[in-house]
Amino acid sequence: MTKVSMTVNGRAVSGEVEGRTLLSAFLREGLGLTGTHVGCDTSQCGACVVHVDGKAIKSCTVFAMDVAGAEVRTIEGMANADGSLGTIQQAFQDHHGLQCGFCTPGMVMSAAALLAENPKPSEADVRHYLDGNICRCTGYHNIVKAVLAASGQDVSAVAAE
Amino acid sequence: MHNFDFVKPASIADAVKALSSDGAQALSGGQTLLPTMKQRLAAPAVLVSLTGIAEMKGVCRGDGGLHVGAATTHATVAKEAAAHYPALAALAGGIGDPAVRNRGTIGGSIANNDPAACYPAGVLGSGATVVTSKRKIAADDFFQGLFSTALDEGEIVTEVRFPIPEKAAYVKFQQPASRFALTGVFVAKFGTGVRVAVTGAGQGGVFRWTEAEAALSRSFAPGAVDGLSLSGDDMISDLHGSAAYRANLVKVLTGRAVAAAG
Ligand SMILES: Cc1cc2nc3c(=O)[nH]c(=O)nc-3n(C[C@H](O)[C@H](O)[C@H](O)COP(=O)(O)OP(=O)(O)OC[C@H]3O[C@@H](n4cnc5c(N)ncnc54)[C@H](O)[C@@H]3O)c2cc1C
Ligand code: FES
Ligand code: FES
Repeated sequence: MTKVSMTVNGRAVSGEVEGRTLLSAFLREGLGLTGTHVGCDTSQCGACVVHVDGKAIKSCTVFAMDVAGAEVRTIEGMANADGSLGTIQQAFQDHHGLQCGFCTPGMVMSAAALLAENPKPSEADVRHYLDGNICRCTGYHNIVKAVLAASGQDVSAVAAE
Repeated sequence: MHNFDFVKPASIADAVKALSSDGAQALSGGQTLLPTMKQRLAAPAVLVSLTGIAEMKGVCRGDGGLHVGAATTHATVAKEAAAHYPALAALAGGIGDPAVRNRGTIGGSIANNDPAACYPAGVLGSGATVVTSKRKIAADDFFQGLFSTALDEGEIVTEVRFPIPEKAAYVKFQQPASRFALTGVFVAKFGTGVRVAVTGAGQGGVFRWTEAEAALSRSFAPGAVDGLSLSGDDMISDLHGSAAYRANLVKVLTGRAVAAAG
């Protein structure tokens, strides 16, 4: 076992890991941050997306030791300081962007990365960016709508299909 | 996944030294290697991460073209190559999904030489030079068949040097489940002639379609390949597409790539 340290949601953390410990396992089992979901564990579904140094990555496809020293942000870091839902989270609730909620942490983290790069995305931009996030419930439409709404754009004309 | 010792050197020299130990393997973005290790198809004793080596990262103009460090992510190439070599930037920007592009690297992609990967087509189609920890290898000699390259044991790709063509484009027919190319064609027009590289079709991995190169060198127009026909004999055939389907797709995509190159 080796000690690994990083910053998670603004807090300095450390823990003992093996070489093979995935970042997803370190977050969930090491730190108890179970908001990050593991859907497939085969790099396909995007449920495990977190930010490492500001970039969206699949935490099931990175070793914890390879991101030692990094700034990591997870879904637990997306709420406002007073504990209320952050803008993107609130938009998912308002626009019914989730059903079972399993894919939602990854969707929200990918959406946050998109909006940081592209604050006013088109619908096509949103769909393209969420290519690696799979949802088995919603049919995506309300997720796209929620992301557009979170960017401050008027979605009243975006019909539920 | 079997356990291993993890090392993260800061220089190419230290990485090469670490790779000389028994059962050592390079780790770049891990977007292919981690899934492979989870399936226990790879079980290195020592994993040597290349992601901490600054001299292997970045995109810059160098003599005769564009130099891309082997540990440069697809996302960085998509952004930083855009002003210099738009077709290459577009290829990188179309790989997988954003999270894959934020970790996966050019060096890992070409060292792996997946028969459906995008970069091998870009590297072969550009006639690039692969720089390794011990030599320079022309793209024509680097790719040696399915998942196989000219790299020796312990040798790592450090940089890829691309000559910049007058016109070029990559057209990928996406396999939506894997997000790889079902088939993809890279076309590049140089003063000296045209190169056409095909991925996701040949049973032996990426290959050059020399008949199309000759036809397009005479006339760089989408219709120039209309009269050609490609045999399905050596093509991949699977549930996503038969060999004959892929052979036809190569021709169609070549025409589209020429049109896109303008
Ligand atoms: C969901 C998904 C979708 C994808 N879609 C596409 C796609 O559309 N097109 C595409 O081309 N690829 C695609 N990929 C693969 C992706 O591009 C990988 O990033 C790439 O194939 C491997 O690069 P890596 O840096 O992740 O290498 P790794 O996974 O770290 O390594 C791959 C192999 O190369 C070796 N290696 C790594 N770096 C070097 C080096 N510098 N020198 C020598 N050997 C080295 C390793 O030992 C290993 O054997 C996809 C992957 C996923 C998970
Ligand atoms: S759990 Fe990581 S991509 Fe599905
Ligand atoms: S809400 Fe159930 S998987 Fe997306």
